Amino acid sequence: MSIIVYTENWDGKFKKLSFELSSYAAKLAEMLNEETIAISIGRVEAEELKKLASYGIKKIITVTDDRLQTFDSRTYTKVISDICAKESAQVIIMANNNSGKSLAPRLSVRLKAAICSAAHELPESISPFVIRKRVFSGGALARTELKTDIKLITLTQNSFDLCESPVDVVIEAFTPEPEGASPAITIKEQEKQTGKVLLADAEIVISGGRGMKTPDNWGPLEELAELLDGATACSRPVSDEGWRPHEEHTGQTGKIIAPNVYFAIGISGATQHLAGISSSKYIVAINNDKDAPIFEAAQYGIVGDAAKILPQLVEAVKESKAS
Amino acid sequence: MNILVCISNVPDTTTKVKFADDNKKLDIAGIQWVINPWDELSLTRALELKDVASSEVAKVSVAHVGPATSEPTIRKALAIGADDAYRVNTEATDAMQVAAELAEVVKSGSFDIILCGIESSDYNGANVGGMLAEFLDYTSVSGISALNVSGGEINVTREIDGGKEQLVVKAPFVGIVQKGIAKEPRIAAMRGIMLARKKPIQVSEPKQAESATALLGFEAPPPRAACKFIDADNPKQLISLLQNEAKVI
Repeated sequence: MSIIVYTENWDGKFKKLSFELSSYAAKLAEMLNEETIAISIGRVEAEELKKLASYGIKKIITVTDDRLQTFDSRTYTKVISDICAKESAQVIIMANNNSGKSLAPRLSVRLKAAICSAAHELPESISPFVIRKRVFSGGALARTELKTDIKLITLTQNSFDLCESPVDVVIEAFTPEPEGASPAITIKEQEKQTGKVLLADAEIVISGGRGMKTPDNWGPLEELAELLDGATACSRPVSDEGWRPHEEHTGQTGKIIAPNVYFAIGISGATQHLAGISSSKYIVAINNDKDAPIFEAAQYGIVGDAAKILPQLVEAVKESKAS
Repeated sequence: MNILVCISNVPDTTTKVKFADDNKKLDIAGIQWVINPWDELSLTRALELKDVASSEVAKVSVAHVGPATSEPTIRKALAIGADDAYRVNTEATDAMQVAAELAEVVKSGSFDIILCGIESSDYNGANVGGMLAEFLDYTSVSGISALNVSGGEINVTREIDGGKEQLVVKAPFVGIVQKGIAKEPRIAAMRGIMLARKKPIQVSEPKQAESATALLGFEAPPPRAACKFIDADNPKQLISLLQNEAKVI
């Protein structure tokens, strides 16, 4: 029996979430007295792979099949479930992001595994297996029992602290069975930026709302994001106005994110916006209306004009970097 | 080509949720029920594709798993423009059960594109679409922000890490839809509301699919600490607090 972690890499380097998932799995493995195994799909160098061992992963199964270059959730599900069956998986852990949301539900049907999506903590008990998850966009927690033998958990990013527990690791290659049918998905075009911090994975997000007044005021906001290795985001009115691309829209119908710190600049904090960001560890609000609801969600706030305050924040970060 | 849009009946997104029955159930008193926002966008896009001249989309249907009390939401989908509806007559208990029941609806008809919203705004599971695809052994594409049909070819755009991909997908498939697929949800006109009264809702009895989870109860989220205000004349203090107190930058 084993605990399986589905890791993700970005251009051959593990995303931080892979280490978070591994740390979570290692803790769960202690509770269940099991071994931890990580799956890595795509080309990742041995040296990079071994980093997982620092977080308690004892075995890594790599799959480098060229047929997996196109992400087809059906094909991926088959490969992962074959590995899970071979390794007698008891719990499978994935990130609650695009890939996790594509794969976990399919795997859960295939493996007859109950699923807890968007978990942020370890189960409160393992027999019965009870775990809490956020529902109603953070408005409540639901205590949920997973009733099946195999369980699936998708973990919210940045919700579980990294925990180093170095172990010896073995690396094994896995070759998927050939697929008979021709692929159901063909990629026609791909636009992909590399070298930029991805909004979904970012630990620091700097987000602007209508209080930024005009799209020309985004300069210092972008500069602050760059200085802090963060990503930029925006509220719905800003993307609707076309001031920023809609990929940046965070909120209930936009991207749902959970960074370590979310800067809401000139964002009043409508329920729908908070629904997309309420899992952030810290929220910092800058708004000229002291009664804006964003201050109820925030831990740090400044009442004032974003256009005046932002450049000073940029200066302060530059100064602290220089010293 | 026929499109089936799966719809979930959810509390209006501005609802302040309360619980009843010793925090075991949602308190439904005073709740306004609506079509889940992403499902509504999916339906809007399906209808846009059907409404163009010489459209390749012949029919747009909606499917729902829920008791008779959710019929007003189904009627709303019909008023917006869906041609007909399927309702599986059972209380939804979890994603696995809903997906298993929806799979029966899909098998009973002839659908090329099945659309589901990425998640429901109540339980935020993001599971039904993927589960449905696996029950049917169909391909699924998640995170769709554009959908087009032309010359019998289905084109979708999906978001990937750091960008997007344009794909050609073979039918039948399950499309899991996020924001961007349609600009604004379509609103029912008076004529649509009148027509909807006569449109058929096919009710079927459940196959009694089992749920894989049990909801034991709700809890209030832990309270967040009150906001610490920093003087607007001294924003530098914010940076120092984030570095030394919160330790996040």
